[in-house]
Amino acid sequence: MSSSVYIVGVGVISAIGNNVAENLASLKSEHAGMGDITMMDTIYRKQLPVAEVKLSNNELAAMADMPANISRTTLLSAVAAKEALTDANIPDLNNLRTGFVSANSVGGMDKSEDFFVQFLGDNSKGKLRDIFDHECGSMTELVADKLGISDFMTTISTACSSSASAIFYGARLIKNDVLDVVIAGGTDSLTKFTLNGFNTLMILDKGFCKPFDENREGLNLGEGSGYLVLASEKVAETLNKQPYCKLSGYNNSNDAYHQTASSPDGTGSYLAMQGALKKSGLQTADIDYINLHGTGTPNNDSAEGTAIKRLFGPDYPPMSSTKSYTGHTLGASGGIEAVFSVLAIKNKLIYPNLRFETRMDELPFEPVKELLIDQNIKHVMSNSFGFGGNCTSLIFSAI
Amino acid sequence: MKVYIRSSACVSPQNTFNSVDFLTDIVESTGTRLKAIDPDYKEFIDPKQIRRMSHVIKMGIAAAKSCLTQADIDMPGAVITGTAFGCMADTVTFLTRIVEQNEEMLPPTAFIQSTHNTVAAQIALMLKCHNYNSTFVHKGISFESALFDAIMLLNEKEADNILVGGVEEMVDASFTVLTRLGLYKRWPLSNLSLYDTRSNGTIGGEGAAFFLVTSEESPNNLAQLTGLKLLYNPKSIEEGITTFLKSHELSIEDIDLVITGKNGDTRNDEVYRELGSSLFKNKPLANYKHLCGEYPTSSSFALWMVSNIIKKGIVPEVVKDGNFGSISPKKVLIYNHYQGKYHSLMLVSTTKAQFLQEFKQSADEVSSAKQGKIKLKSANQLLNEL
Repeated sequence: MSSSVYIVGVGVISAIGNNVAENLASLKSEHAGMGDITMMDTIYRKQLPVAEVKLSNNELAAMADMPANISRTTLLSAVAAKEALTDANIPDLNNLRTGFVSANSVGGMDKSEDFFVQFLGDNSKGKLRDIFDHECGSMTELVADKLGISDFMTTISTACSSSASAIFYGARLIKNDVLDVVIAGGTDSLTKFTLNGFNTLMILDKGFCKPFDENREGLNLGEGSGYLVLASEKVAETLNKQPYCKLSGYNNSNDAYHQTASSPDGTGSYLAMQGALKKSGLQTADIDYINLHGTGTPNNDSAEGTAIKRLFGPDYPPMSSTKSYTGHTLGASGGIEAVFSVLAIKNKLIYPNLRFETRMDELPFEPVKELLIDQNIKHVMSNSFGFGGNCTSLIFSAI
Repeated sequence: MKVYIRSSACVSPQNTFNSVDFLTDIVESTGTRLKAIDPDYKEFIDPKQIRRMSHVIKMGIAAAKSCLTQADIDMPGAVITGTAFGCMADTVTFLTRIVEQNEEMLPPTAFIQSTHNTVAAQIALMLKCHNYNSTFVHKGISFESALFDAIMLLNEKEADNILVGGVEEMVDASFTVLTRLGLYKRWPLSNLSLYDTRSNGTIGGEGAAFFLVTSEESPNNLAQLTGLKLLYNPKSIEEGITTFLKSHELSIEDIDLVITGKNGDTRNDEVYRELGSSLFKNKPLANYKHLCGEYPTSSSFALWMVSNIIKKGIVPEVVKDGNFGSISPKKVLIYNHYQGKYHSLMLVSTTKAQFLQEFKQSADEVSSAKQGKIKLKSANQLLNEL
């Protein structure tokens, strides 16, 4: 089995920027992406803040060179995946075995929910065009076609850990010598379905979210997509530039506690972080930064914090939740945060956890409050946890 | 590394679940949609929970649990599912309420259970299984993607006794939409005459088939999964199949039986028809979609069927495409495609242990006839081919 998997390209679009450079600038300038709902037609406009990508479907379609009437989830995916592939600039890609592993949580739901309004009144109504790409796999297929990738593609959906799982799967495709190059990550656009869903669970903050704060009141939903280009050692050696870093550890564990709630002691997240460390052969002291799942819900942050306390205590690495910038982008979050983790290593940065005020009573540590520069970051852990107890941790290591 | 199917269980529109006979008591149904026969879920799920669970969750849990019981395994090394549509019933319920109640006063249950990973998650929850858990949602190769993941995990020695399954439920809304999209025939017909007319459209279906896969050889294994290959828009499927067989040092001559994904739709079946007069000419062929209907993870039904064909050494009459006598296939190729884009190839064989067992029986007979040496030699040759 090939020993290392290198990250040779990154692409991201989120509420804090339409590409890697813009996202990085916002992360450094502590500019959060939340605001009023402007795109979706919902009764929650002006009531619940969300973190929207600041481009219309027409603008995204023009960037992606795709039709504007397809799902926003596909358009977001195409923009970031294309950026990642361009960034990697792999010569002779056509002669390599290349795959696309993407994740999302609700497929083409933004279009399906439009379709459903008419369909519900009369089953013979509703534009079929709007429901045609409902399946999660459609987003992946359309983007793979656009990128000219046909050797391998698949879609993963493990709720909010989806795209971390996709990156993990992509790396294993390389390690198993199935593929040479994989574009892996995930995408999700804001939908009424997810907004209402999280609202019924009463875990949406009416203000801007405050991850890991004692007075946190929930999450803000966001949208976007993030992809890494993963390459085998052999391919990485042929490139004209130094890879960003490598994916040195990963683990997927299940909390097996409740369909939506995390266990009080964070069993799943503990096992995922512990497993990823074991896979990478690292100790807790080797981790220089944790990009937290940190949704801002009382339950998640308590479980994740408890798991970190159990695993890392008494010495804690700097940590922060970049969901304080992008909101919770669900199926895209693992991909977006993987890009941020890679950028942390490359740019020697630790991002602040915005709006943090009060340390959680139950925890002996707190997240980073201000941007830290010139940090010698060798190993970053990125956490993604989701409904159904699906917990994934990734570790990125400098070369 | 070898991959064995240790056990399998299947909930389908046929009497496949924990049934003693093997596709002999066939359910005929007239219409364009086959519904899965529900097992007695009380055997597998707490009755209090049954009421809250959608059909796809219940089917999945029953198949998964039966699979574990058959293999005598309490805790799988991983749980991996494939589903293209996921939890449609709960998705439709929640969407309906959003519209009807104008986004107000919505109960959360349908949303909670609507995520695509719910079946795998509920299995983990029920078993208190903290191991690797994933869900693949890629159209007609959702199940194959899950199976591919399981093979990689075995290869990496990260897990053994992996529970992997394909699940799909058909609800009224999706049946209506898929009918409008032209997937199904426009008139009712018997599933048993699905292949009789050359016409457009097929019949819809649903089901859940789970497998416990292991790298451990055992006489109790059902079959060996020798190969799995996925092709997207291949230039030539004939070439794809030949290359796939060649990668396993086989040619079509070595295949005893081919299962195809024929579904009664003229356009869909064109490729199978072409192969029938070329690569698959004179080959025993069998179909399965008249039994379970067409759905994105139907290949999991096919794999359940083939595992049993291999183990029992019987090809049920109802699946035979054309006439051929009684055979006990040692190597079976499953070739299915989904809407012409996604093509999947699965190669399933008898296991070495099964072969040895058979050989021992015949060797006993032979030695009594004092011809042991001659038989032994030819058997060794055969063994090498396995």
